[in-house]
Amino acid sequence: MTAPTTPHTWTGKVRARALRELPPDQLLPETQPVYVASWIYVFGVLTLAAFLVVLVSGGVLGLKGRTWWHRSSTGHYFNSLHLWSVELFMAFMVIHLWGKFFMAAWRGKRAMTWVTGAVCFLGSIGTAFTGYLIQSNLDSQWISTQAKDGLNAAGIGAFFNVTDFGQMLMWHIALLPLIVGVLIGVHIIQVRRRGVVPPMEIDLRDRVPEQVTP
Amino acid sequence: MTTTASPRRHHAHAPEEQKWTGRVREYDLVKEFVIALAVVAVLTAALAAIFSSPDVKQLTLSTWSRSAPNDFLLTSATELDGTSGTATYGAPYTHTPDAAQKIGPVSLQHIAGVTHPINTVQDFVLVPLTGVPADPTLSAALGAWQGASAAQQQTWAAAYDDALAKAPDNDPAKVASGSYGPVPVMLGRLLTLAQSGGLDGALLSQKQFFATDYTKPLLFIADGSYLEDRARAEHLGGDQWGMMNETGSYPGQAWLWLYTFWYQVSPFSTSGNADALVWGVMAVLSLALVLVPFIPGVRSIPKWVPVHRLIWRDYYRGSGATR
Repeated sequence: MTAPTTPHTWTGKVRARALRELPPDQLLPETQPVYVASWIYVFGVLTLAAFLVVLVSGGVLGLKGRTWWHRSSTGHYFNSLHLWSVELFMAFMVIHLWGKFFMAAWRGKRAMTWVTGAVCFLGSIGTAFTGYLIQSNLDSQWISTQAKDGLNAAGIGAFFNVTDFGQMLMWHIALLPLIVGVLIGVHIIQVRRRGVVPPMEIDLRDRVPEQVTP
Repeated sequence: MTTTASPRRHHAHAPEEQKWTGRVREYDLVKEFVIALAVVAVLTAALAAIFSSPDVKQLTLSTWSRSAPNDFLLTSATELDGTSGTATYGAPYTHTPDAAQKIGPVSLQHIAGVTHPINTVQDFVLVPLTGVPADPTLSAALGAWQGASAAQQQTWAAAYDDALAKAPDNDPAKVASGSYGPVPVMLGRLLTLAQSGGLDGALLSQKQFFATDYTKPLLFIADGSYLEDRARAEHLGGDQWGMMNETGSYPGQAWLWLYTFWYQVSPFSTSGNADALVWGVMAVLSLALVLVPFIPGVRSIPKWVPVHRLIWRDYYRGSGATR
Protein backbone atom coordinates (compact mmCIF):
# COMPACT_ATOMS: atom_id res chain seq x y z
CA MET A 1 0.00 0.00 0.00
CA THR A 2 1.35 3.38 -0.97
CA ALA A 3 0.98 6.47 1.14
CA PRO A 4 -1.50 9.07 -0.14
CA THR A 5 0.19 11.74 -2.16
CA THR A 6 -0.76 15.30 -2.87
CA PRO A 7 -2.30 15.41 -6.36
CA HIS A 8 -0.15 17.29 -8.83
CA THR A 9 -2.32 17.11 -11.96
CA TRP A 10 -5.18 19.53 -12.65
CA THR A 11 -7.59 16.60 -12.61
CA GLY A 12 -6.31 15.37 -9.28
CA LYS A 13 -6.48 18.82 -7.76
CA VAL A 14 -10.06 19.32 -8.95
CA ARG A 15 -11.02 15.90 -7.52
CA ALA A 16 -9.33 16.63 -4.21
CA ARG A 17 -11.01 20.03 -3.98
CA ALA A 18 -14.43 18.56 -4.82
CA LEU A 19 -14.06 15.79 -2.24
CA ARG A 20 -12.88 18.26 0.38
CA GLU A 21 -15.68 20.75 -0.24
CA LEU A 22 -18.46 18.24 -0.77
CA PRO A 23 -17.67 14.67 0.35
CA PRO A 24 -20.15 12.03 -0.86
CA ASP A 25 -21.75 11.55 2.56
CA GLN A 26 -22.43 15.26 2.68
CA LEU A 27 -23.74 15.36 -0.89
CA LEU A 28 -26.19 12.51 -0.29
CA PRO A 29 -26.53 12.12 3.47
CA GLU A 30 -28.90 9.59 5.01
CA THR A 31 -29.67 11.78 8.00
CA GLN A 32 -30.64 15.37 8.58
CA PRO A 33 -30.57 17.52 11.71
CA VAL A 34 -33.57 16.88 13.92
CA TYR A 35 -35.04 20.30 13.14
CA VAL A 36 -35.54 19.38 9.47
CA ALA A 37 -39.10 18.34 10.17
CA SER A 38 -41.67 20.60 8.54
CA TRP A 39 -43.83 20.54 5.42
CA ILE A 40 -42.06 23.66 4.22
CA TYR A 41 -39.00 21.56 3.39
CA VAL A 42 -41.03 19.57 0.88
CA PHE A 43 -41.51 22.56 -1.43
CA GLY A 44 -37.87 22.67 -2.46
CA VAL A 45 -37.92 19.11 -3.76
CA LEU A 46 -41.39 19.67 -5.25
CA THR A 47 -39.97 22.61 -7.20
CA LEU A 48 -37.16 20.41 -8.50
CA ALA A 49 -39.63 17.65 -9.45
CA ALA A 50 -41.88 20.13 -11.27
CA PHE A 51 -38.86 21.49 -13.11
CA LEU A 52 -38.16 18.03 -14.48
CA VAL A 53 -41.79 17.64 -15.62
CA VAL A 54 -41.53 21.06 -17.29
CA LEU A 55 -38.35 19.97 -19.10
CA VAL A 56 -39.81 16.66 -20.28
CA SER A 57 -43.15 18.09 -21.45
CA GLY A 58 -41.41 21.03 -23.10
CA GLY A 59 -38.86 18.72 -24.66
CA VAL A 60 -41.58 16.68 -26.34
CA LEU A 61 -43.22 19.89 -27.65
CA GLY A 62 -39.84 20.99 -28.96
CA LEU A 63 -39.14 17.68 -30.66
CA LYS A 64 -42.51 17.63 -32.43
CA GLY A 65 -42.29 21.20 -33.72
CA ARG A 66 -43.98 24.47 -33.00
CA THR A 67 -47.30 23.84 -34.77
CA TRP A 68 -47.86 20.29 -33.44
CA TRP A 69 -49.91 21.29 -30.44
CA HIS A 70 -52.29 23.39 -32.57
CA ARG A 71 -53.29 20.50 -34.85
CA SER A 72 -53.01 17.39 -32.70
CA SER A 73 -55.06 16.47 -29.63
CA THR A 74 -52.02 14.65 -28.28
CA GLY A 75 -49.95 17.74 -28.89
CA HIS A 76 -52.55 19.88 -27.15
CA TYR A 77 -52.41 17.56 -24.14
CA PHE A 78 -48.63 17.91 -23.98
CA ASN A 79 -49.06 21.67 -24.14
CA SER A 80 -51.47 21.36 -21.22
CA LEU A 81 -48.91 19.28 -19.33
CA HIS A 82 -46.34 21.97 -19.99
CA LEU A 83 -48.67 24.77 -18.85
CA TRP A 84 -49.76 23.09 -15.62
CA SER A 85 -46.29 21.88 -14.71
CA VAL A 86 -45.06 25.46 -15.10
CA GLU A 87 -47.89 26.73 -12.90
CA LEU A 88 -46.98 24.13 -10.26
CA PHE A 89 -43.26 24.86 -10.62
CA MET A 90 -43.78 28.56 -10.02
CA ALA A 91 -46.24 27.99 -7.16
CA PHE A 92 -43.90 25.56 -5.38
CA MET A 93 -40.95 27.87 -5.91
CA VAL A 94 -42.77 30.91 -4.50
CA ILE A 95 -43.80 28.95 -1.38
CA HIS A 96 -40.23 27.65 -1.07
CA LEU A 97 -38.88 31.18 -1.41
CA TRP A 98 -41.20 32.67 1.23
CA GLY A 99 -40.47 29.77 3.55
CA LYS A 100 -36.75 30.36 3.25
CA PHE A 101 -37.25 34.09 3.76
CA PHE A 102 -39.04 33.60 7.06
CA MET A 103 -36.41 31.06 8.10
CA ALA A 104 -33.72 33.68 7.30
CA ALA A 105 -32.06 30.85 5.45
CA TRP A 106 -29.08 33.00 4.47
CA ARG A 107 -27.65 32.83 7.99
CA GLY A 108 -24.36 31.06 8.59
CA LYS A 109 -22.55 31.93 5.36
CA ARG A 110 -25.52 30.75 3.28
CA ALA A 111 -26.00 34.08 1.46
CA MET A 112 -25.00 32.58 -1.88
CA THR A 113 -27.63 29.88 -1.45
CA TRP A 114 -30.26 32.64 -1.21
CA VAL A 115 -28.71 34.62 -4.07
CA THR A 116 -28.64 31.66 -6.47
CA GLY A 117 -32.20 30.75 -5.50
CA ALA A 118 -33.46 34.30 -6.05
CA VAL A 119 -31.71 34.51 -9.42
CA CYS A 120 -33.30 31.14 -10.29
CA PHE A 121 -36.69 32.64 -9.48
CA LEU A 122 -36.08 35.68 -11.70
CA GLY A 123 -34.66 33.49 -14.47
CA SER A 124 -37.70 31.24 -14.28
CA ILE A 125 -39.97 34.26 -14.73
CA GLY A 126 -38.03 35.16 -17.86
CA THR A 127 -38.18 31.60 -19.14
CA ALA A 128 -41.93 31.36 -18.59
CA PHE A 129 -42.40 34.75 -20.24
CA THR A 130 -40.62 33.63 -23.41
CA GLY A 131 -42.81 30.53 -23.39
CA TYR A 132 -45.91 32.69 -23.52
CA LEU A 133 -44.37 34.55 -26.46
CA ILE A 134 -43.94 31.43 -28.60
CA GLN A 135 -47.41 29.93 -28.20
CA SER A 136 -48.14 31.26 -31.72
CA ASN A 137 -51.73 32.23 -30.92
CA LEU A 138 -53.67 35.37 -29.98
CA ASP A 139 -52.23 35.41 -26.47
CA SER A 140 -48.65 35.43 -27.70
CA GLN A 141 -49.43 38.12 -30.27
CA TRP A 142 -50.91 40.39 -27.62
CA ILE A 143 -48.25 39.71 -25.00
CA SER A 144 -45.41 40.36 -27.44
CA THR A 145 -46.85 43.61 -28.76
CA GLN A 146 -47.47 44.85 -25.21
CA ALA A 147 -44.27 43.61 -23.63
CA LYS A 148 -42.12 45.21 -26.31
CA ASP A 149 -42.91 48.64 -24.88
CA GLY A 150 -41.44 47.85 -21.46
CA LEU A 151 -38.39 46.14 -22.89
CA ASN A 152 -37.80 48.88 -25.45
CA ALA A 153 -38.16 51.59 -22.79
CA ALA A 154 -35.46 49.81 -20.77
CA GLY A 155 -33.18 49.55 -23.82
CA ILE A 156 -33.41 45.76 -23.73
CA GLY A 157 -35.62 45.52 -26.80
CA ALA A 158 -32.71 46.64 -28.94
CA PHE A 159 -31.18 43.18 -28.68
CA PHE A 160 -34.00 41.08 -27.11
CA ASN A 161 -36.81 41.36 -29.65
CA VAL A 162 -40.00 39.81 -28.27
CA THR A 163 -41.70 40.00 -31.68
CA ASP A 164 -38.97 37.87 -33.26
CA PHE A 165 -40.38 34.37 -32.89
CA GLY A 166 -37.14 32.64 -33.85
CA GLN A 167 -35.10 34.54 -31.28
CA MET A 168 -37.62 33.94 -28.51
CA LEU A 169 -37.83 30.24 -29.38
CA MET A 170 -34.08 29.87 -28.91
CA TRP A 171 -34.15 31.75 -25.62
CA HIS A 172 -37.02 29.61 -24.38
CA ILE A 173 -35.94 26.13 -25.37
CA ALA A 174 -32.17 26.46 -25.09
CA LEU A 175 -30.54 29.42 -23.40
CA LEU A 176 -32.84 30.17 -20.46
CA PRO A 177 -33.52 26.53 -19.44
CA LEU A 178 -29.77 25.93 -19.53
CA ILE A 179 -29.12 28.96 -17.33
CA VAL A 180 -31.93 28.07 -14.89
CA GLY A 181 -30.84 24.42 -14.84
CA VAL A 182 -27.23 25.32 -14.03
CA LEU A 183 -28.37 27.77 -11.35
CA ILE A 184 -30.60 25.12 -9.78
CA GLY A 185 -27.61 22.75 -9.73
CA VAL A 186 -25.40 25.36 -8.08
CA HIS A 187 -28.20 26.17 -5.62
CA ILE A 188 -28.57 22.52 -4.60
CA ILE A 189 -24.81 22.11 -4.21
CA GLN A 190 -24.79 25.20 -1.99
CA VAL A 191 -27.54 23.67 0.16
CA ARG A 192 -25.69 20.39 0.52
CA ARG A 193 -22.35 22.10 1.13
CA ARG A 194 -23.56 24.40 3.90
CA GLY A 195 -26.29 22.14 5.24
CA VAL A 196 -29.84 23.10 6.12
CA VAL A 197 -29.93 26.31 8.12
CA PRO A 198 -30.65 25.68 11.82
CA PRO A 199 -33.53 27.34 13.64
CA MET A 200 -33.21 30.81 15.05
CA GLU A 201 -32.81 30.83 18.84
CA ILE A 202 -31.17 27.44 18.62
CA ASP A 203 -31.02 25.37 21.79
CA LEU A 204 -27.33 25.23 22.57
CA ARG A 205 -27.78 21.88 24.31
CA ASP A 206 -28.16 20.52 20.79
CA ARG A 207 -24.56 21.43 20.14
CA VAL A 208 -23.42 18.93 22.74
CA PRO A 209 -23.03 15.50 21.22
CA GLU A 210 -24.91 12.74 22.97
CA GLN A 211 -22.70 10.03 21.55
CA VAL A 212 -19.38 10.15 19.84
CA THR A 213 -18.95 7.68 17.04
CA PRO A 214 -15.48 6.23 16.67
CA MET B 1 -32.60 7.72 15.09
CA THR B 2 -28.85 8.02 15.19
CA THR B 3 -26.59 10.58 16.68
CA THR B 4 -23.23 11.67 15.46
CA ALA B 5 -20.65 14.11 16.59
CA SER B 6 -17.66 15.87 15.26
CA PRO B 7 -14.61 16.09 17.47
CA ARG B 8 -14.00 19.59 16.22
CA ARG B 9 -15.98 22.46 17.65
CA HIS B 10 -15.94 25.99 16.33
CA HIS B 11 -16.89 28.12 19.28
CA ALA B 12 -15.57 31.22 17.55
CA HIS B 13 -18.41 31.13 14.99
CA ALA B 14 -22.16 31.63 15.27
CA PRO B 15 -24.08 28.37 15.81
CA GLU B 16 -25.58 28.45 12.32
CA GLU B 17 -22.10 28.59 10.77
CA GLN B 18 -20.98 25.39 12.45
CA LYS B 19 -21.46 21.93 11.13
CA TRP B 20 -24.42 20.39 12.91
CA THR B 21 -23.30 18.07 15.69
CA GLY B 22 -26.59 17.66 17.50
CA ARG B 23 -29.38 15.16 17.16
CA VAL B 24 -30.25 13.92 13.69
CA ARG B 25 -33.06 11.93 12.15
CA GLU B 26 -33.13 9.54 9.24
CA TYR B 27 -33.92 11.40 6.05
CA ASP B 28 -33.99 9.67 2.64
CA LEU B 29 -33.41 12.44 0.10
CA VAL B 30 -33.61 10.19 -2.95
CA LYS B 31 -36.84 8.55 -1.80
CA GLU B 32 -38.31 11.98 -1.10
CA PHE B 33 -37.39 13.16 -4.60
CA VAL B 34 -38.84 10.07 -6.30
CA ILE B 35 -42.12 10.44 -4.39
CA ALA B 36 -42.23 14.18 -5.17
CA LEU B 37 -41.63 13.49 -8.85
CA ALA B 38 -44.42 10.92 -8.95
CA VAL B 39 -46.83 13.23 -7.13
CA VAL B 40 -46.07 16.18 -9.40
CA ALA B 41 -46.28 14.05 -12.55
CA VAL B 42 -49.67 12.63 -11.55
CA LEU B 43 -50.97 16.03 -10.44
CA THR B 44 -49.83 17.63 -13.70
CA ALA B 45 -51.39 14.86 -15.78
CA ALA B 46 -54.68 15.24 -13.90
CA LEU B 47 -54.75 19.04 -14.21
CA ALA B 48 -53.96 18.79 -17.93
CA ALA B 49 -56.67 16.19 -18.48
CA ILE B 50 -59.31 18.08 -16.49
CA PHE B 51 -58.60 21.69 -17.45
CA SER B 52 -56.64 21.38 -20.74
CA SER B 53 -55.05 24.66 -21.94
CA PRO B 54 -56.23 27.69 -23.92
CA ASP B 55 -55.47 28.21 -27.60
CA VAL B 56 -57.33 31.18 -29.07
CA LYS B 57 -56.48 31.25 -32.75
CA GLN B 58 -53.94 33.80 -33.92
CA LEU B 59 -54.84 36.89 -35.92
CA THR B 60 -53.43 37.44 -39.37
CA LEU B 61 -53.47 40.50 -41.55
CA SER B 62 -55.85 38.49 -43.72
CA THR B 63 -58.38 37.78 -40.97
CA TRP B 64 -58.10 41.36 -39.67
CA SER B 65 -58.64 42.94 -43.10
CA ARG B 66 -61.62 40.68 -43.82
CA SER B 67 -63.20 41.07 -40.38
CA ALA B 68 -62.58 44.80 -40.00
CA PRO B 69 -61.66 46.23 -43.42
CA ASN B 70 -62.29 49.84 -42.38
CA ASP B 71 -59.98 49.56 -39.39
CA PHE B 72 -57.36 48.01 -41.65
CA LEU B 73 -57.67 50.82 -44.19
CA LEU B 74 -57.52 53.56 -41.56
CA THR B 75 -54.44 51.96 -40.03
CA SER B 76 -52.84 51.66 -43.48
CA ALA B 77 -53.48 55.35 -44.05
CA THR B 78 -51.59 56.18 -40.85
CA GLU B 79 -48.71 53.97 -41.98
CA LEU B 80 -48.59 55.87 -45.27
CA ASP B 81 -48.66 59.36 -43.78
CA GLY B 82 -46.29 58.44 -40.96
CA THR B 83 -48.63 58.99 -38.00
CA SER B 84 -49.13 55.39 -36.87
CA GLY B 85 -47.84 54.05 -33.57
CA THR B 86 -44.97 52.28 -35.30
CA ALA B 87 -44.09 55.23 -37.55
CA THR B 88 -43.72 57.53 -34.53
CA TYR B 89 -42.41 54.93 -32.03
CA GLY B 90 -38.75 55.88 -31.77
CA ALA B 91 -36.01 53.40 -30.90
CA PRO B 92 -35.54 50.59 -31.73
CA TYR B 93 -37.74 51.08 -34.85
CA THR B 94 -37.53 54.71 -35.94
CA HIS B 95 -35.43 57.82 -35.40
CA THR B 96 -38.42 59.87 -34.22
CA PRO B 97 -37.06 62.76 -32.07
CA ASP B 98 -38.14 62.84 -28.41
CA ALA B 99 -40.15 59.62 -28.73
CA ALA B 100 -37.97 57.60 -26.36
CA GLN B 101 -39.07 57.12 -22.75
CA LYS B 102 -36.88 58.40 -19.93
CA ILE B 103 -36.10 57.80 -16.30
CA GLY B 104 -35.30 61.33 -15.18
CA PRO B 105 -32.80 62.65 -17.71
CA VAL B 106 -31.68 59.19 -18.84
CA SER B 107 -33.18 57.44 -21.85
CA LEU B 108 -31.94 53.87 -22.11
CA GLN B 109 -34.26 53.45 -25.09
CA HIS B 110 -32.45 56.23 -26.96
CA ILE B 111 -29.01 55.02 -25.89
CA ALA B 112 -29.73 51.50 -27.17
CA GLY B 113 -30.49 52.99 -30.59
CA VAL B 114 -32.44 51.96 -33.68
CA THR B 115 -31.58 48.30 -34.14
CA HIS B 116 -34.71 47.19 -36.03
CA PRO B 117 -35.29 50.05 -38.48
CA ILE B 118 -38.80 50.21 -39.94
CA ASN B 119 -40.01 52.66 -42.58
CA THR B 120 -43.77 52.14 -42.51
CA VAL B 121 -44.29 53.79 -45.91
CA GLN B 122 -41.80 51.52 -47.61
CA ASP B 123 -42.07 48.34 -45.53
CA PHE B 124 -45.83 48.24 -44.87
CA VAL B 125 -47.22 49.78 -48.08
CA LEU B 126 -44.93 50.35 -51.05
CA VAL B 127 -42.79 47.20 -50.98
CA PRO B 128 -45.81 44.84 -50.66
CA LEU B 129 -47.68 46.72 -53.43
CA THR B 130 -44.75 46.60 -55.86
CA GLY B 131 -44.93 42.82 -55.60
CA VAL B 132 -48.50 42.71 -56.95
CA PRO B 133 -48.35 41.45 -60.55
CA ALA B 134 -50.38 42.51 -63.63
CA ASP B 135 -52.36 45.41 -62.26
CA PRO B 136 -52.09 48.44 -64.61
CA THR B 137 -54.23 50.65 -62.34
CA LEU B 138 -51.99 49.96 -59.37
CA SER B 139 -48.86 50.43 -61.49
CA ALA B 140 -50.14 53.82 -62.60
CA ALA B 141 -50.94 54.80 -59.00
CA LEU B 142 -47.51 53.74 -57.81
CA GLY B 143 -45.96 55.63 -60.73
CA ALA B 144 -47.84 58.77 -59.73
CA TRP B 145 -46.74 58.34 -56.11
CA GLN B 146 -43.10 57.80 -57.00
CA GLY B 147 -43.14 60.74 -59.41
CA ALA B 148 -44.47 63.17 -56.83
CA SER B 149 -42.39 65.20 -54.42
CA ALA B 150 -42.13 64.10 -50.80
CA ALA B 151 -44.23 67.09 -49.75
CA GLN B 152 -46.95 66.18 -52.26
CA GLN B 153 -46.93 62.55 -51.09
CA GLN B 154 -47.37 63.69 -47.50
CA THR B 155 -50.18 66.08 -48.45
CA TRP B 156 -52.09 63.33 -50.28
CA ALA B 157 -51.59 60.74 -47.55
CA ALA B 158 -52.45 63.07 -44.67
CA ALA B 159 -55.55 64.38 -46.42
CA TYR B 160 -56.85 60.89 -47.09
CA ASP B 161 -56.03 59.72 -43.55
CA ASP B 162 -57.92 62.71 -42.16
CA ALA B 163 -60.90 62.21 -44.47
CA LEU B 164 -61.08 58.47 -43.73
CA ALA B 165 -60.99 59.13 -39.99
CA LYS B 166 -63.91 61.56 -40.35
CA ALA B 167 -65.98 59.31 -42.62
CA PRO B 168 -68.91 57.46 -41.01
CA ASP B 169 -67.58 54.10 -39.72
CA ASN B 170 -64.30 54.99 -41.47
CA ASP B 171 -65.97 53.67 -44.59
CA PRO B 172 -63.86 54.50 -47.69
CA ALA B 173 -67.06 54.65 -49.76
CA LYS B 174 -68.23 57.57 -47.59
CA VAL B 175 -65.03 59.63 -47.70
CA ALA B 176 -65.59 63.26 -48.64
CA SER B 177 -64.25 64.20 -52.05
CA GLY B 178 -60.80 65.75 -52.01
CA SER B 179 -57.34 65.77 -53.49
CA TYR B 180 -55.90 62.41 -52.45
CA GLY B 181 -53.85 61.63 -55.55
CA PRO B 182 -53.16 57.87 -55.95
CA VAL B 183 -53.63 57.11 -52.26
CA PRO B 184 -57.19 55.64 -52.43
CA VAL B 185 -56.13 53.23 -55.19
CA MET B 186 -52.94 52.22 -53.35
CA LEU B 187 -54.68 51.54 -50.05
CA GLY B 188 -57.59 49.83 -51.78
CA ARG B 189 -55.12 47.43 -53.43
CA LEU B 190 -53.33 46.96 -50.11
CA LEU B 191 -56.66 45.91 -48.61
CA THR B 192 -57.22 43.44 -51.44
CA LEU B 193 -53.70 42.08 -51.02
CA ALA B 194 -54.22 41.69 -47.26
CA GLN B 195 -57.58 39.95 -47.67
CA SER B 196 -56.00 37.45 -50.06
CA GLY B 197 -53.32 36.61 -47.48
CA GLY B 198 -50.55 38.07 -49.62
CA LEU B 199 -49.63 40.84 -47.18
CA ASP B 200 -48.86 38.36 -44.38
CA GLY B 201 -46.25 36.69 -46.55
CA ALA B 202 -44.99 39.96 -48.01
CA LEU B 203 -44.25 41.47 -44.60
CA LEU B 204 -42.66 38.31 -43.24
CA SER B 205 -40.41 37.48 -46.18
CA GLN B 206 -38.93 40.90 -46.88
CA LYS B 207 -35.58 39.84 -45.50
CA GLN B 208 -35.30 36.23 -46.50
CA PHE B 209 -37.15 33.03 -47.40
CA PHE B 210 -36.67 31.25 -44.03
CA ALA B 211 -38.12 34.04 -41.93
CA THR B 212 -39.09 33.80 -38.27
CA ASP B 213 -39.09 37.49 -37.37
CA TYR B 214 -42.73 38.62 -37.08
CA THR B 215 -41.87 42.16 -35.99
CA LYS B 216 -43.34 43.90 -39.04
CA PRO B 217 -46.66 42.05 -39.31
CA LEU B 218 -47.14 42.19 -35.54
CA LEU B 219 -46.46 45.92 -35.35
CA PHE B 220 -48.79 46.55 -38.30
CA ILE B 221 -51.58 44.56 -36.64
CA ALA B 222 -50.94 46.26 -33.28
CA ASP B 223 -51.25 49.70 -34.90
CA GLY B 224 -54.92 48.95 -35.57
CA SER B 225 -57.65 48.62 -32.97
CA TYR B 226 -58.83 45.13 -33.92
CA LEU B 227 -56.15 43.25 -31.96
CA GLU B 228 -56.77 45.37 -28.88
CA ASP B 229 -60.53 44.84 -29.17
CA ARG B 230 -59.98 41.08 -29.30
CA ALA B 231 -57.52 41.20 -26.40
CA ARG B 232 -59.82 43.30 -24.23
CA ALA B 233 -62.63 40.86 -24.87
CA GLU B 234 -60.30 38.24 -23.39
CA HIS B 235 -59.61 40.59 -20.41
CA LEU B 236 -56.00 41.05 -21.49
CA GLY B 237 -55.97 44.86 -21.55
CA GLY B 238 -53.29 46.79 -19.73
CA ASP B 239 -55.83 48.24 -17.29
CA GLN B 240 -57.31 44.77 -16.83
CA TRP B 241 -54.09 43.37 -15.30
CA GLY B 242 -53.68 41.83 -18.74
CA MET B 243 -50.00 40.92 -18.57
CA MET B 244 -50.67 38.32 -15.89
CA ASN B 245 -53.91 37.01 -17.43
CA GLU B 246 -54.51 34.24 -19.93
CA THR B 247 -57.21 33.97 -22.54
CA GLY B 248 -60.36 32.42 -21.16
CA SER B 249 -60.41 31.63 -17.45
CA TYR B 250 -56.98 30.01 -17.29
CA PRO B 251 -54.25 31.06 -14.88
CA GLY B 252 -51.63 33.12 -16.63
CA GLN B 253 -48.39 34.57 -15.40
CA ALA B 254 -49.65 35.28 -11.90
CA TRP B 255 -46.05 35.81 -10.81
CA LEU B 256 -46.08 39.08 -12.78
CA TRP B 257 -48.62 40.58 -10.37
CA LEU B 258 -46.22 43.14 -8.97
CA TYR B 259 -45.01 44.23 -12.42
CA THR B 260 -48.62 44.56 -13.58
CA PHE B 261 -49.63 46.30 -10.37
CA TRP B 262 -47.54 49.40 -11.02
CA TYR B 263 -49.37 50.06 -14.29
CA GLN B 264 -52.65 50.31 -12.39
CA VAL B 265 -51.58 53.08 -9.99
CA SER B 266 -50.51 56.70 -10.27
CA PRO B 267 -48.05 58.12 -11.26
CA PHE B 268 -47.29 55.17 -13.54
CA SER B 269 -50.83 54.87 -14.90
CA THR B 270 -50.76 58.45 -16.19
CA SER B 271 -47.09 58.90 -17.09
CA GLY B 272 -45.78 59.03 -20.63
CA ASN B 273 -42.68 57.29 -19.30
CA ALA B 274 -44.64 54.55 -17.53
CA ASP B 275 -42.79 51.63 -19.13
CA ALA B 276 -39.36 53.01 -18.30
CA LEU B 277 -40.41 53.91 -14.76
CA VAL B 278 -42.01 50.53 -14.05
CA TRP B 279 -38.96 48.73 -15.39
CA GLY B 280 -36.76 50.93 -13.23
CA VAL B 281 -38.79 50.14 -10.12
CA MET B 282 -38.84 46.41 -10.89
CA ALA B 283 -35.09 46.37 -11.54
CA VAL B 284 -34.47 47.90 -8.10
CA LEU B 285 -36.92 45.52 -6.39
CA SER B 286 -35.47 42.49 -8.18
CA LEU B 287 -31.97 43.47 -7.13
CA ALA B 288 -33.24 43.94 -3.58
CA LEU B 289 -34.74 40.44 -3.62
CA VAL B 290 -31.42 38.94 -4.67
CA LEU B 291 -29.52 40.96 -2.07
CA VAL B 292 -31.91 40.44 0.88
CA PRO B 293 -29.16 38.85 3.05
CA PHE B 294 -27.13 42.05 2.80
CA ILE B 295 -29.83 44.66 3.37
CA PRO B 296 -30.05 45.83 7.01
CA GLY B 297 -33.60 45.85 8.29
CA VAL B 298 -34.99 43.65 5.53
CA ARG B 299 -32.81 40.75 6.60
CA SER B 300 -34.09 41.16 10.16
CA ILE B 301 -37.78 40.87 9.25
CA PRO B 302 -37.81 37.08 9.84
CA LYS B 303 -36.73 37.69 13.44
CA TRP B 304 -39.56 40.15 14.01
CA VAL B 305 -42.26 38.12 12.25
CA PRO B 306 -42.32 34.79 14.08
CA VAL B 307 -43.30 32.58 11.16
CA HIS B 308 -40.16 30.57 11.91
CA ARG B 309 -41.66 29.50 15.22
CA LEU B 310 -44.46 27.86 13.24
CA ILE B 311 -42.04 26.21 10.82
CA TRP B 312 -39.82 24.83 13.56
CA ARG B 313 -42.54 24.38 16.18
CA ASP B 314 -41.69 20.70 16.74
CA TYR B 315 -38.06 21.57 17.34
CA TYR B 316 -38.86 24.45 19.69
CA ARG B 317 -41.40 22.32 21.55
CA GLY B 318 -38.90 19.54 22.09
CA SER B 319 -35.74 21.52 22.66
CA GLY B 320 -36.78 24.03 25.25
CA ALA B 321 -35.60 26.97 23.21
CA THR B 322 -38.11 29.59 24.23
CA ARG B 323 -36.76 32.99 23.30
